[in-house]
Amino acid sequence: MLKTSQKKPEKLIDENDVRSDGRKLDEMRPVKIEVGILSNADGSAYIEMGKNKILAAVYGPREIHPKHQALPDRAALRCRYHMAPFSVQERKSPAPSRREQELSKVIRESLEPSIFTEYYPRTAIDLFIEVLQADGGTRCAGITVASLALADAGIPMRDLVSSCAAGKVDGRLVLDLNDVEDKGGEADMPLAYMPTMNAITLLQMDGMLTGEEFEQVLNMALEGCKQINQLQKEALRAKYKVVKEAEAEKEEEGEKEAAE
Amino acid sequence: MVSVMASKVRQKRIAQLIARGKRLDGREPTDYREIQIESGLIERAEGSARVRLGRTEVLVGTKIEAGEPFTDTPNEGVLTVNAELVPLASPTFEPGPPDERSVELARVVDRGIRESKAIALEDLCVEPGKKVFVVFVDVYVLNHDGNLIDASALAALAALVNTKMFNYEVKEGEIKIKPGYKPLPLRNYPVAVTHAKIGDKMIVDPWLEEEQVMDARLTLAIEKDGKVCATQKGGDGYFTPEEVFEASKIAQQKAAELRKLVVKE
Repeated sequence: MLKTSQKKPEKLIDENDVRSDGRKLDEMRPVKIEVGILSNADGSAYIEMGKNKILAAVYGPREIHPKHQALPDRAALRCRYHMAPFSVQERKSPAPSRREQELSKVIRESLEPSIFTEYYPRTAIDLFIEVLQADGGTRCAGITVASLALADAGIPMRDLVSSCAAGKVDGRLVLDLNDVEDKGGEADMPLAYMPTMNAITLLQMDGMLTGEEFEQVLNMALEGCKQINQLQKEALRAKYKVVKEAEAEKEEEGEKEAAE
Repeated sequence: MVSVMASKVRQKRIAQLIARGKRLDGREPTDYREIQIESGLIERAEGSARVRLGRTEVLVGTKIEAGEPFTDTPNEGVLTVNAELVPLASPTFEPGPPDERSVELARVVDRGIRESKAIALEDLCVEPGKKVFVVFVDVYVLNHDGNLIDASALAALAALVNTKMFNYEVKEGEIKIKPGYKPLPLRNYPVAVTHAKIGDKMIVDPWLEEEQVMDARLTLAIEKDGKVCATQKGGDGYFTPEEVFEASKIAQQKAAELRKLVVKE
């Protein structure tokens, strides 16, 4: 359980529709993504979304241990979402909490539909998500970065999974809630989406919403996911741009050496 | 004796029927199985209820004990929901620490009760920051035949309605229990409605063999005024936004029907 001594500010949204961190109602926090940053992993990625800092790594497809977990017709996707003890205000015990167990399950289920697991029967695809710093919306940022790590590992996928939350704070519908908004707000709905397939692969909500608000918040989160999807594609391309430039440089050097 | 998995032929049959809007047990897509609720069968518990949803059977017992509040809510009692998938309930349940299935079950039931503010937790404070009452809601699955979430949420609600709070007085910081009881202060009555997606069709209240065929499930917890108070998607498949909106509409109707079984107004 989370214990904080932080006091909730009186108002999370001021009279000019400006949020506690200066954002507009439908504005996402600044996002920074890097792909392929860990040398040992088959695929990896890093995301900063506001104050969230999250690493994801993929190992596999590889031999599965223990063997009884092997699936005869597809790869077993295994996922661990974990928060570092120093990632939150009060130290979090490194042992997996019930929250982390549940999130590991729903994150796995959000990514499973995107992967052609049937290409790699009897193997394991292991996915590790480490939250280094948390500020609300870590499961969404975690899914976004994990999907990129899977792509970086070269695993065949139907689409990237993009994730973003929307919710209700001080009676207003807002995109991408931060920690204070999540705790002090009325509702939070994390969503994961594959745009080309029009597929919602993660949907959770806690709080209170009327049927109408439920639809509006869901549509707002969908728009957020589409924005995230663009950023994911740019980040993925950026990696190969760097590789291409490095190779071009090498080639140039090679030519020089040959000329000498 | 129940087998762990329905045979492939049977799975195919279930899927084919559902594609035509029919179900193997003759139900309509939006029909629940027969529901029986019995309350107060465990005298030792502060409250209890058993829900039979077809052949699925869930027993929920509540206990109330003195404890410490969370530091961020010093003036409120504490709600704790736990779920046990008891090995006698299914060949797929094994003894041991809670696995992700039971953790998810407990947390979804918890969210419905917590987010709808069903229990007036501020009435359960004895000494702010020091001593409050903790309401333990223990979900005990006795027979698993599918849709544990809805059965457990309904049983939890029935058990809370059935829960009696003992009278007490505080003497020198100690709680002294006095004779007599009053009902646990409740403000809201959340119930859960689960849809399963099979192919491109959706059904409510999947039973075990339908769960084995389903691509994904979507649970919506609905509070007394029809607001959505918790949502959880599960399973390896996906939903389109249109399917989610459709499920939300059906859930509102079904929730009102389910609530009537527990709360007579």
